[in-house]
Amino acid sequence: MDKTKRRSVLKLAGGAAAASMGGMAAILATGRMPAFAQQRTVHWLKWVDFVPASDALLRKEMLPEAEKALGIKINLETVNGNDLQPRVTAGIQSGAGPDLIMAFNNQTYLYANSVVDLTEIAEAVGKAQGGMYKYARAVCSDGKMFMGMPWAVIGGMIAYRKSWLEEAGYTKFPDTWETYREAAKKLKAKGRPMGQTLGHTFGDAPGFTYPYLWSWGGMEVDPAGKVIMNSKETLESVKFMQAFWKDAHDEGGLAWDDTNNNRAFLSQTISATLNGASIYIETLRKPDQYKTEKGTPMNKDILHAPLPKGPAGQFGFHLLQSNMLMKYSKNQDAAKEFLKWLHTEANYAKFFNSQKGFATPCTVKWESDKLWDVDPVMTPYKVAARLGQAPGFSGPPNAKAAEGLSKYIITDMYAKAVQGMPAEEAVKWAEAELKKIYSA
Amino acid sequence: MAVTAVSGSVARPTPRLRRMEDERWLAFALLVPTAVLLGLFIAYPFVEGVLLSLNSTRVGIKGEFVGLKNFDKVWNDSIFRTAVWNTFWYTGVTTVFKLALGLWLAILLNRHFRGKALVRAFILLPFIIPTVLSTFAWKWMFDPTFSVINWTLFQLGFITQRINWLGDPDLAMTSIIIVNVWRGVPFFAISLLAGLQTISPELQEAAAIDGARPWQRFWHVTWPLLLPVTMVVVLFSVIQTFADFQLVYVMTGGGPANATHLFATYAYQLGIGTGLLSEGAAVSLAMFPFLFLIVVVQLLYIRRVETR
Repeated sequence: MDKTKRRSVLKLAGGAAAASMGGMAAILATGRMPAFAQQRTVHWLKWVDFVPASDALLRKEMLPEAEKALGIKINLETVNGNDLQPRVTAGIQSGAGPDLIMAFNNQTYLYANSVVDLTEIAEAVGKAQGGMYKYARAVCSDGKMFMGMPWAVIGGMIAYRKSWLEEAGYTKFPDTWETYREAAKKLKAKGRPMGQTLGHTFGDAPGFTYPYLWSWGGMEVDPAGKVIMNSKETLESVKFMQAFWKDAHDEGGLAWDDTNNNRAFLSQTISATLNGASIYIETLRKPDQYKTEKGTPMNKDILHAPLPKGPAGQFGFHLLQSNMLMKYSKNQDAAKEFLKWLHTEANYAKFFNSQKGFATPCTVKWESDKLWDVDPVMTPYKVAARLGQAPGFSGPPNAKAAEGLSKYIITDMYAKAVQGMPAEEAVKWAEAELKKIYSA
Repeated sequence: MAVTAVSGSVARPTPRLRRMEDERWLAFALLVPTAVLLGLFIAYPFVEGVLLSLNSTRVGIKGEFVGLKNFDKVWNDSIFRTAVWNTFWYTGVTTVFKLALGLWLAILLNRHFRGKALVRAFILLPFIIPTVLSTFAWKWMFDPTFSVINWTLFQLGFITQRINWLGDPDLAMTSIIIVNVWRGVPFFAISLLAGLQTISPELQEAAAIDGARPWQRFWHVTWPLLLPVTMVVVLFSVIQTFADFQLVYVMTGGGPANATHLFATYAYQLGIGTGLLSEGAAVSLAMFPFLFLIVVVQLLYIRRVETR
């Protein structure tokens, strides 16, 4: 009986392995593990979308498609918008974490040293889709590199109850702060105030206070970065706000986060509020649940309007979201491939349509998309990205501006004033805080 | 002969065993795990924190040594000063209420009544529920629009207008104090109850026979015997409350207009929110001298009470 020798078994096994995978020599030559042993993955961390259908679309449809098309497994993790920054910091400091992380506004500048340049992808997408809006470029690029890939702009418009405004004698939404205050005063007298947060929250508070300040001519800094907060214009804006708050607003707004105004509006305790379109979209989703006091569907009684004009013009500060590719990521190539795939017109269109206008794309082409004709209530949002202004105006939206935003200085200046601090003192306080930031 | 050889080898332990018999070595060996744990999780982060506060690190940017510049900066920071005042106020007021209510509850629970075990278990609930979870429930109760507290007061005819619990600076501070007291009373009650149960009932009886009234019995018998336990409980509570974070972060995020920022929440906002890691560390570390002083004073007092 023949004995099988140990040496011959090894030889056979080695031969089989070499035949199946091109041999050890091939592995050594490429310096990579054989393909079957590697599952390329990309970990993407983003906010929990205010339009839940979009997250469902990504999870159930788009990401499995990406996996099939690219051979990359995408792990999508969603967290509350306020919790993104802690994750970025933890990732950067520990050198491990999600590969792609969503950034809000000019947070990109805070992490410029820790992210991969995405200029190539951003410029290609801009070129293919009618050009990138100046606003998206300013927030995501410092002129040398794209620190984040612009994803979408969550437009902030005033959602208001059409019938209640009409009852107060306004067939058109007031377009100046003066007329807005008059209208709101009448509405508050009827127990239907305006609702606006002045709390420590990332979206609606700065989305209101920054453009409000700019519309009066107030600015944090001049184009050269010199702090010019303590100006006649800023002071006027604060004084107006003190009376405006008392006359027209729900005073609970000082403690609101980004969801309180949605709940207040849907439960009919406020008549207007600055918001993304999530209130309206929610009423479309549940027409039987959200009805007016007359029993008609609330979605037929909601319209959107931009923030009113001030002496210096009309402004908007809309939440811009971008995806940063982290330097510590070991899957940078795969993440870039995924971003390219995600931003092809056909794929991005799926996300865009699922948002129903809640998110405005960062490239011009989408402005003429037929989605904006489907529902005239959503039409005002289509120019959000075109008209947006970045924090730090009239200086650049750099890391200093991002610091001012993260510390809620502008919002707190108004909050202090409406709580009773003299306007002059509130402005002086904000100026001193900004000087500390810009002189460091 | 062979037997003698074996017994001889048993009597003489191996060098390793002999070393273990030396108490100094044994003590060292037994202390190592604790020392490693303390070193890893207390000393290392603390030293890192000190080093961080002395340089200019921002998130993703390695800093340079700047000495005490960060401390100088935070000292001149109006938000930091607000946070210092808030932290002392918050800790002081909550500790007084937690001690008073906890002691009262402990004395009640120390009596015999039906369902005593069940009530004692229920009392612990606020302490057992994860803080973030219970704080969210409180946040809803203080909600500016839907507050159930306001609704109840309105239905009972006590108020005609909503109380702006979390929107008014003073009320926001009062609200977080209420929640902290609610959460902390069980810890005081159960710890003091344990202390009360170590006091022999005979002492009370003897005092009663001597004609002492209930208040006199409490003041001259119970309270002096309970004092060491009370001091330890207060010490723990002060440390925890001084460094509180979760409750304020969930309820107000430090707002409105920084009216409820504490050391920990402001350090978090600077370090994590704004990426100024070194300044955040400096704010955090600024707690240390205050806490150190409180701990030293209390420990000295406890030692004095114990040696009396």
